[in-house]
Amino acid sequence: MERNQSRRQIAVTRQSLFDQGFLDEQFVQLEELQDDANPNFVEEIATLYYRDSSRLINNLEQALEKSPLDFNKLDNYMHQLKGSSTSIGAKKVKAECTQFREYCRTGNGEGCVRTFQQLKKEYGLLKRKLEAYFQMVRQAGPSQVACRPK
Amino acid sequence: MENGFSSPRSDAFPAGLRVLVVDDDPTWLRILEKMLKKCSYEVTTCGLATDALRLLRERKDVFDIVISDVNMPDMDGFKLLEHVGLEMDLPVIMMSVDGETSRVMKGVQHGACDYLLKPIRMKELKNIWQHVFRKKIHEIKDIENHESIIEGMHLTRNGSDYSDDGHLLSVDDLTSVRKRKDMEKNHDEKDFSDASSAKKARVVWSVDLHQKFVKAVNQIGFDKVGPKKILDLMNVPWLTRENVASHLQKYRLYLSRLQKEKENSGMKHSDASPKDPPGSFGSIHQSDVVNSSYLFSGNSLLPRTVDPSSHEDDLKSIISEPVMEPKRPPVNLPDSHKTKNSQMGFNRSFQPLESEVDFAAFNSGIPTKSYWGEVPDVQFGQEHTPFVHLENGFTKLPLPDPLNHVNADSLQSIPCTAERGISGPTKSKPPCPEYGSNQISDPSPKVSILDPFPQSSKSNIVNHQRALEPIYPCTSSLTTQASCLSCTADIESAQRDVLNLASGSSSTLASFEDDLQVLFQGDSYGDTLGVRNLGFSDYIDAGLINEVPIHLYDSLRFGYEYPCDMTEYAILDQAY
Repeated sequence: MERNQSRRQIAVTRQSLFDQGFLDEQFVQLEELQDDANPNFVEEIATLYYRDSSRLINNLEQALEKSPLDFNKLDNYMHQLKGSSTSIGAKKVKAECTQFREYCRTGNGEGCVRTFQQLKKEYGLLKRKLEAYFQMVRQAGPSQVACRPK
Repeated sequence: MENGFSSPRSDAFPAGLRVLVVDDDPTWLRILEKMLKKCSYEVTTCGLATDALRLLRERKDVFDIVISDVNMPDMDGFKLLEHVGLEMDLPVIMMSVDGETSRVMKGVQHGACDYLLKPIRMKELKNIWQHVFRKKIHEIKDIENHESIIEGMHLTRNGSDYSDDGHLLSVDDLTSVRKRKDMEKNHDEKDFSDASSAKKARVVWSVDLHQKFVKAVNQIGFDKVGPKKILDLMNVPWLTRENVASHLQKYRLYLSRLQKEKENSGMKHSDASPKDPPGSFGSIHQSDVVNSSYLFSGNSLLPRTVDPSSHEDDLKSIISEPVMEPKRPPVNLPDSHKTKNSQMGFNRSFQPLESEVDFAAFNSGIPTKSYWGEVPDVQFGQEHTPFVHLENGFTKLPLPDPLNHVNADSLQSIPCTAERGISGPTKSKPPCPEYGSNQISDPSPKVSILDPFPQSSKSNIVNHQRALEPIYPCTSSLTTQASCLSCTADIESAQRDVLNLASGSSSTLASFEDDLQVLFQGDSYGDTLGVRNLGFSDYIDAGLINEVPIHLYDSLRFGYEYPCDMTEYAILDQAY
């Protein structure tokens, strides 16, 4: 009974991530890749993503402190971050990346800085949400991983 | 939910495809690796483009396809693409989160065979084998042209094609279902490439062109050659790097095979050359064998086996496959066919038997088709067989007329009804459109008709062309240029003409091409080469078993079900 409840809770949490626009279909793709060989594949990918993207965010942070801004460089970094963010289906982060690159194109430094702040917010928020979610999944046991909403 | 992803192993062919993934993004690298593994592909991942290039250089022929990200810090993905295209001539798929047209175009211009947008989906990756397959088909096509210059190359190439496929198609994977798929693919590819021929003209490697090529290679030095260098030296404006690259690849294979050939059996080879007609239409023949290799390459089919017993083995394996095909009408395999198979080693005995058998095959196959349902199976076959005997007698003499008749008849029988078919060779020629409309290309018949006239000479060529004339008046170039080196080219241009004139679908074109190939195969080849024997034996095997017509017919098709199988019959007949 308790188990069922935790399962339901996981499902609700998971669904809210989609409903609130944090995640997109790519996350489901990752869940589908999860199998006996990689029972925690989604979490593994999320961990990889946060490890790698934090490097990129640092790069961006530094590049944004320079003046004048090197928009090419910024765009290049953001391109990488965007590509990386698509990997876990970080929908909101991706949207900010797109916005940032648009400002790069138009040479809008202020827009870049503003968007970057927003991006970091979304990035951090998703990270916390995912961490909480994965913890729930881990506690619920292996049978709980990779639940696809029907 | 766990079963959200069913096993991707349902379709076996592409399993084991060796993929190199290059991406500086570790997250994507991991995802792609997992996805490709789920597709049963062999995956190697690489985080740096330079590493990837080194890997590719060090271990050539270890990968079938490369997937590379566009943006990488150490090397631009396009640059990697260029290198891979130049040095390895492998299909490369680019991927990026950017879908800008200019970017994609750049990728295509640099020779990417595909451009995937991130997030990449499993289903897209599942499909990548098609690029490997398409490349093979194009290579084969190139060889066709190529080998109209280099005699004996087909022989040598063949071996390599078999082995090439060997790692793609494992024996176990050869289910009839997949085979049919392959055939369809094959067919599709053909259509595709024909349709696109206007955009990207196929290069005909004429003698001159090839000599230029060889000269360039020698000048550069065989160890150091690259397509780009050759291209520069050749100084042929319309030639592309890709053309040269693919030609170079073939040339390399050719040389290495030649080497082996010398070591193994110089006799066979030397035997072959004098018999080859100057035009060496057999290049087409070669492709047929290759086609067939897609079907059973995983098997023990080694092209150079002349030994009758091995033929028999091959045949058995081929034959047994159709029987397993669930859709087929249940047919018993009589013992007799086995014994007949054993005759296959003896080429000379083929000819008389063969034609008879072919016709039997032709006829017997018809009733299996629903729209031919009214045709009484046995009767049909019987009526034809005597003709065939007759025909055969004639064909040995260089008499064009009987051939003409047969051709006309067969062509007619495509669109016509039962009585027409029965009426046989005396019938008048069919109208062209009918012929075209019913054509669907199917490579397998080509295989089967490899050596209908092992001993035939140029006179046959003329005959065939004549036979063609009434049907396709626009192919006149064929007749006037019979059996010359440029014949392949002519055929191709003629085919295009035909396509235009008949305003047929691309499949019409393809099938016509097949037909032509068939015609020329029959003409041009002697029977001495092992490869040919092989091809021939495949055919014969089918043909010999006329007691089991349906089954036989099936074996001709190698499990390939196609709605318009009549093409095959037309082709068969035409060969006479």
